[in-house]
Amino acid sequence: MGTHVIKMPDIGEGIAEVELSQWHVKVGDMVVEDQVLADVMTDKAMVDIPSPVHGKVIALGGQPGEVMAVGSILISIEVEGAGNVKESAQPVTVKEAPVAAPKVEAVVESKPVAVPRPAAVCQGPMVAREADERPLASPAVRKHALDLGIQLRLVRGSGPAGRVLHEDLEAWLAQGQSNASTATAAYAQRNDEEQIPVIGMRRKIAQRMQDATQRAAHFSYVEEIDVTAVEELRAHLNEKHGATRGKLTLLPFLVRALVVALRDFPQINARYDDEAQVITRLGAVHVGVATQADIGLMVPVVRHAETRSLWDSAAEISRLATAARTGKASRDELSGSTITLTSLGALGGIVSTPVLNLPEVAIVGVNKIVERPMVVKGQIVIRKMMNLSSSFDHRVVDGMDAAQFIQAVRSLLEQPATLFVD
Amino acid sequence: MQILNTTLLIIGGGPGGYVTAIRAGQLGISTILVEGESLGGTCLNIGCIPSKALIHVAEQFHQTQHHSQHSALGISVSAPTLDIGKSVEWKDGIVDRLTTGVSALLKKHKVQVIQGWAKVIDGKTVEVGDTRIQCEHLVLATGSKSVNLPMLPIGGPIISSTEALAPKSVPKRLVVVGGGYIGLELGIAYRKLGAEVSVVEAQDRILPAYDAELTHPVHEALKQLGVKLYLKHSVEGFDSQGNTLQVRDPNGDTLNLETDQVLVAVGRKPNTQGWNLEALNLEMNGSAIKIDNRCQTSMRNVYAIGDLSGEPMLAHRAMAQGEMVAELISGKHREFNPTAIAAVCFTDPELVVVGKTPDEAKAAGLDCIASSFPFAANGRAMTLESKSGFVRVVARRDNHVIVGWQAVGVGVSELSTAFGQSLEMGARLEDIAGTIHAHPTLGEAVQEAALRALGHALHL
Repeated sequence: MGTHVIKMPDIGEGIAEVELSQWHVKVGDMVVEDQVLADVMTDKAMVDIPSPVHGKVIALGGQPGEVMAVGSILISIEVEGAGNVKESAQPVTVKEAPVAAPKVEAVVESKPVAVPRPAAVCQGPMVAREADERPLASPAVRKHALDLGIQLRLVRGSGPAGRVLHEDLEAWLAQGQSNASTATAAYAQRNDEEQIPVIGMRRKIAQRMQDATQRAAHFSYVEEIDVTAVEELRAHLNEKHGATRGKLTLLPFLVRALVVALRDFPQINARYDDEAQVITRLGAVHVGVATQADIGLMVPVVRHAETRSLWDSAAEISRLATAARTGKASRDELSGSTITLTSLGALGGIVSTPVLNLPEVAIVGVNKIVERPMVVKGQIVIRKMMNLSSSFDHRVVDGMDAAQFIQAVRSLLEQPATLFVD
Repeated sequence: MQILNTTLLIIGGGPGGYVTAIRAGQLGISTILVEGESLGGTCLNIGCIPSKALIHVAEQFHQTQHHSQHSALGISVSAPTLDIGKSVEWKDGIVDRLTTGVSALLKKHKVQVIQGWAKVIDGKTVEVGDTRIQCEHLVLATGSKSVNLPMLPIGGPIISSTEALAPKSVPKRLVVVGGGYIGLELGIAYRKLGAEVSVVEAQDRILPAYDAELTHPVHEALKQLGVKLYLKHSVEGFDSQGNTLQVRDPNGDTLNLETDQVLVAVGRKPNTQGWNLEALNLEMNGSAIKIDNRCQTSMRNVYAIGDLSGEPMLAHRAMAQGEMVAELISGKHREFNPTAIAAVCFTDPELVVVGKTPDEAKAAGLDCIASSFPFAANGRAMTLESKSGFVRVVARRDNHVIVGWQAVGVGVSELSTAFGQSLEMGARLEDIAGTIHAHPTLGEAVQEAALRALGHALHL
């Protein structure tokens, strides 16, 4: 058994430091060749670090968000055979690890956003301490910590080799952190702050959302829709075909409604390239479906929705959502939409103001379904009502077009048979 | 019966007990200290201090003798003679000054010292003669005693370290039973004072508590001095008629060693007998009292410090524990959590161990660099006519934090200060390598050991 060490690769552009965004493996995991071990990020690019070897992860070199020097040890993998580190080697004689050429993918072009460093307490790369390891601190610091009732092992040391300094104790106190038990914790004044570095996926989302709200002239339009009939149809289809074809949610009906309505509104199914000053109208309807994953919002795309039946759409939506949530969605599956559908289901509220998924010009938001007393032909009746909250890019979509489009969608959903009549 | 009340009661006036008392006095805690013999305990009276005095006498005598026999230094003197009675007087003078000093310090800090043997009644009550003392906190600091061998009862020609430190005359022949630090320190001193010395050790090497690399220079020095070593030999008995010690050699054959005295130095054990400790029914850790990291025993407000609480049985550990216990009792939040406790053998050459040895580091699962620098390449060592020995550093390979120091050589006991400090401060190899060490000193070998661990020793 040997140890194969992979160092932080030089991604180019004379970059000396790289931000570790995310680990895809943990200590003890078995990895195979080409398996992605980690994502690292510079100001310009996200890079996957694949494993050049088969083996078992024995040590990780940093924490997500840590800015690591190029050439510092990223990960150690126990491998069959000799590995690339001699057990008895002197430190810093570790041979250059043969890292497979990293794939570089460009992140949406934007102004470089300074990545906030974690709080002042933890400036600079630090040596992580094992949980049961004795904290490194001088006798004076140890005594001071005892006097203050601080457990040193909870304090991160900023000194050499992770040594806890007097300053670290002060910073710990300034954060209001204390391990002293407080009897009246429920009403205790809290002065603690937690700083979370905006890295990786969250950074991307932040950039995209900021970009969208700065560039597009958003306006939102809300209409209420009587979904009693479409819900009855959905219940009927699920009862009849649910066991064999799978259960339908409302989303495939909405997708179908968009497809049919867009035939008359090609200006809504479009992409606006504001730099080239060109609007591209598309015949294909690729519907982005906003999906909440653990790492943040993702928008997998149902391609060529115009060709899909209800069940076909439903299966595709379900497959994509799972892929996105488990991090398995490919880059193709996460890009190329022409219009986006966003739904929070039961959490949908009554109104929302969705942010456009640029360069699209429309996004349709689904609010919750509630039973309401409605007046129909002079009678108060209970109907299932649902609001659609949609946003458009007013630079290229006029209010009249948007309103007519949503009215068309409404009409289709309220008379569900028309969804299927050509 | 007279009844006294106090906040803190300490049983034992050795380094652990008297330091507890001084610190408690400083903190304004009402304190009584009970001592049956003289203040200072084993350390001041029959241990550390008198042994170092005797070692000094022996070294001076030995040096003078050396000069009387064609010394390379160009000094010539006539053969020296020794009045061992005066030597002992001089040593007693030092002991007196120190014990008187302790007494004065205790008085200065308003500690009440009660002379007599304590008998524990319960966790808050102790009797001394017809005085009953009641306390809130009880500190047990009764130290340790020499381990005796049943076939070698102390008396007549069979002596313990206590008798060896107050000789009336230097025996012609001395057999030391036990090749640990006490036996070797005294054995070497007696050899230098003119006795023919043999050391009987059951294990296969001297100072078995330390690694072979470290003890090798001591072994060589013993050969040079003409100390006979009987390794892997065990004692069977003593014939007082013929003044012979019977030992069994590794083949099982019995050897008769003619000798005038036998010094039994086979270790020390916690002093748990004869003061009714049983009344407390404390949890034990082998033959020592079990304590936690605040020196608390299994009984609330009863503390045990020093040798009574087990290994390492060292005066400086007892003092540090005592100081901590006093502060705990005063309400401070304290724990006994040193990075390392230095251990020193005042053999010739001296040997010092602080923190982890390479073997211990390995056993603790640490990937370490061990690197040593020999005194043969140190100028100061040469001017001291001492070229044997080395300084060794043990540091973690990943972050270079130093986890241990060892040294063997003339005068290296004083290096324990630097070693201890670097460990407690969490020094890395670069810290020591980057500290300018005065030239010419033995300390340069400390810096060079660190440099060598980093791959660039200058004088090697």
